[in-house]
Amino acid sequence: MFDIAVVGAGVVGCAVARRFALMGARVVLLEQGPDILSGASKGNSAILHTGFDAPPGSLELACMRAGRAEYLEIRERLGLPLLETGAIVAAWSDDEQAKLPAIAAQAHANGVTDVTLLDRAALLARIPTLSPHIKAGLLVPGEHLIDPWSAPLAYVLQALAVGATVHRRTQVTAARFDGACWQLDTTTGPFRATTLINAAGLFGDHLEALALGEASFTIHPRKGQFVVFDKAATKLLATILLPVPLERTKGIVLTPTIFGNLLVGPTADEQDSRTNAGTDHQSLQALIARAHALIPALEHMPVTALYAGIRPATERKEYRLRHEPARHYIGLNGIRSTGLTAALGLAQHAASLYQTPHTPIATPPWPQAPKLAEHLPRDHHQPGYGEIICHCELVTRREIEAALTGPLPATDLGGLKRRTRATMGRCQGFYCQAHLATLTAGRLDPPLETPHAP
Amino acid sequence: MPPEPAYDALIIGAGPAGIGAALALKSRGIHNIALLERETDAGGTPRHCGHPPFGLREFRRLLTGPAYAKRLARAAFDANIPLLPRHSVLALHPGGTLDLATPEGPRTLTARRVLIATGAREAPRAARLIGGERPLGVLNTGALQAYCYLEHKAPPFTRPVVVGTELVSLSALLTLRRHGIHPVAVLESGPTPVAPWPLSLFPRLLGLPVHRNAALASINGFPRVTSVTLQNGSELACDGVLLTGRFTPESTLARMSHLALSTATKGPAIDQYGRTSDPAFFAAGNQLRAIETAGWCFFEGRRIGEFMADDLQGGLPAPGDELTLTPGEGIAYVVPQRLARVSPLRATLQLRLTEPALGQLHVRAGDTVLLRRPLISAPERRVLLELDDLRPPPGTQHLTIEVAQ
Repeated sequence: MFDIAVVGAGVVGCAVARRFALMGARVVLLEQGPDILSGASKGNSAILHTGFDAPPGSLELACMRAGRAEYLEIRERLGLPLLETGAIVAAWSDDEQAKLPAIAAQAHANGVTDVTLLDRAALLARIPTLSPHIKAGLLVPGEHLIDPWSAPLAYVLQALAVGATVHRRTQVTAARFDGACWQLDTTTGPFRATTLINAAGLFGDHLEALALGEASFTIHPRKGQFVVFDKAATKLLATILLPVPLERTKGIVLTPTIFGNLLVGPTADEQDSRTNAGTDHQSLQALIARAHALIPALEHMPVTALYAGIRPATERKEYRLRHEPARHYIGLNGIRSTGLTAALGLAQHAASLYQTPHTPIATPPWPQAPKLAEHLPRDHHQPGYGEIICHCELVTRREIEAALTGPLPATDLGGLKRRTRATMGRCQGFYCQAHLATLTAGRLDPPLETPHAP
Repeated sequence: MPPEPAYDALIIGAGPAGIGAALALKSRGIHNIALLERETDAGGTPRHCGHPPFGLREFRRLLTGPAYAKRLARAAFDANIPLLPRHSVLALHPGGTLDLATPEGPRTLTARRVLIATGAREAPRAARLIGGERPLGVLNTGALQAYCYLEHKAPPFTRPVVVGTELVSLSALLTLRRHGIHPVAVLESGPTPVAPWPLSLFPRLLGLPVHRNAALASINGFPRVTSVTLQNGSELACDGVLLTGRFTPESTLARMSHLALSTATKGPAIDQYGRTSDPAFFAAGNQLRAIETAGWCFFEGRRIGEFMADDLQGGLPAPGDELTLTPGEGIAYVVPQRLARVSPLRATLQLRLTEPALGQLHVRAGDTVLLRRPLISAPERRVLLELDDLRPPPGTQHLTIEVAQ
């Protein structure tokens, strides 16, 4: 019997599980995928936003502001990185340039008062690799980079450390509220909890319909494809380059990553599938061409990786929150690219809706996230790591072993990659995948080898 | 951390080129050297290649890759060349300083001369911009052979499609066959197989369908491959994808450093002595261009090791007065990319063509053709051009190498 069942272990579900566990509630976190972050949260642009361009007065803005503040407050205790890059909203035409003052005004209205308009000369002085076609820009110093996978992992690890339970590969098949309590049938058995929190991301509408009989929104999956350039490209750009926002999405971003790569994306492709995060050649070429247009020196940089994420967009732009106090239901849905920033804030918001008192954990332990940021000391800086397994991303055997043990071990290759970065570099497993198959034997499903060799 | 005592020479990569160079240095009386190897064992890429022919010229024996790699490692050991295994070079600094990761902690090493011999690898799926989902079971030949010959495990597929028809693709087919894996088909994006006849017949001899003009558009399925879609829209059921060939120099260290790279080879640009844009750094082997045989790399390493010894003993012309070489019409790349202006030039250019050619090879300075050579060749064949007799007119800065039909 639990106080809280959180369904969906994306970044929001992980943050919510942590918040309620720290409040002293008995929490169970249920995830249908093989690992946390295996849905929408696995593919994003990894930016800790300021909210400068969020809708004024919105819940989204409030959650982003609160989430960002909490991240900055707790990150050092959880060993989470921050790369203070700042961002530039870059205008490439007179029309775009004309929109910058309004964006600056909105930033001020949103409490982000340190933005500065920069002219072409100032931009080129600041970023000499920028295409000379740049017109003007708005500097937003507070936009930063974080590790999009270690952060939610650390949230869950802390939740686990104070007594929460996590079940992966667990799909909710039925949900019944009996007037006091939720009965959840799942693929790994029944669970009972007083309150149900829907953080099911791409399946949020399905879960809401399952629980409440009807869904107040519909997920319209929106795929975002990304191209990752080689680590050598990071010397070409140390600042996030944002486009002047379009009506529907934030548009295509060119940004360094905390792992020392350069990333361009996302596209915004409407599709029916909630699971097919496939890329397509044409879109990838268009993204690369866009990156070359922004930073011409990228032309000779190799491509390291391709991926796509699926955002759980709905028929409306705003977050789709639903609170049904009588039925002990809180829904946190329709959360797109700002979810990484807003997650801790959304968790605070959900906690504020919840009225049952518990005894908060007085002195919670602070588990340490994997140390994967390129600008900070990595595991290979500490003696005794055994050997480097993944040479491109400098992943040690000690890191692989840590990711396969502990309270939330990786059980699939995706989970191992997100915890260590193994095979995520330029050779994509050419050198290390076979060795990894040996190190992970019996630990991953599906395994990296064909069992019972012919 | 205070720097450790300087070496005369450090060699990054204990594969054929690196060991060839180390043996040459040692034979010239340069003893204060070491081989830096990021893997546990020396030998380089041949360690993976469980098939002949290796070692015919170096050891006068027909060897498999692993046996050849062991012989190389043994030769270095017998010559008392220190091997520092599990030493990963992280960064190159001007003048010959290296940052390393080692299991005992970070190290900084310096050497009067450094050789970069980090080899080459195949282009993975991402670099080929193949779309689709990202399931398990998409491998390069290198990874396949590491499964089969280093880890003695079966790769995560039983019915893959094999992409590519280069020589390495045939090696991949042999490896699959030996391990009881039956490919669904061989895909070649071009109109004809890349490997020369009669080797190009090999897939058909194995009874495998070969699809020409069949470029891969996307890989389908998750968490395992269920099919691939070709650019012509047709779909092939399979449970894995083996991406063969399209080698590229593993030139990350050079690319991340102050050294000049050739955009044509994607490796460091060198002069006829193997010297990069920083005269403390030399480069040899498949780092220079992808890809030549292990034997070629061994002898190239040995030759450039000799030049490093000359340099340490004061016998190389000072860098600075140089001609630059540019690949022109019909030429994919040329190595070296710079020539110290000495007489005679003592340079042999290594070229590859962009398409099959029957005509002449020209070396041109401005509008003047300085050298003409008959040419019959194709992109998959190495072309060598000796420039010993070339006398560039005074004031010449650039030479262009091109195909004249």
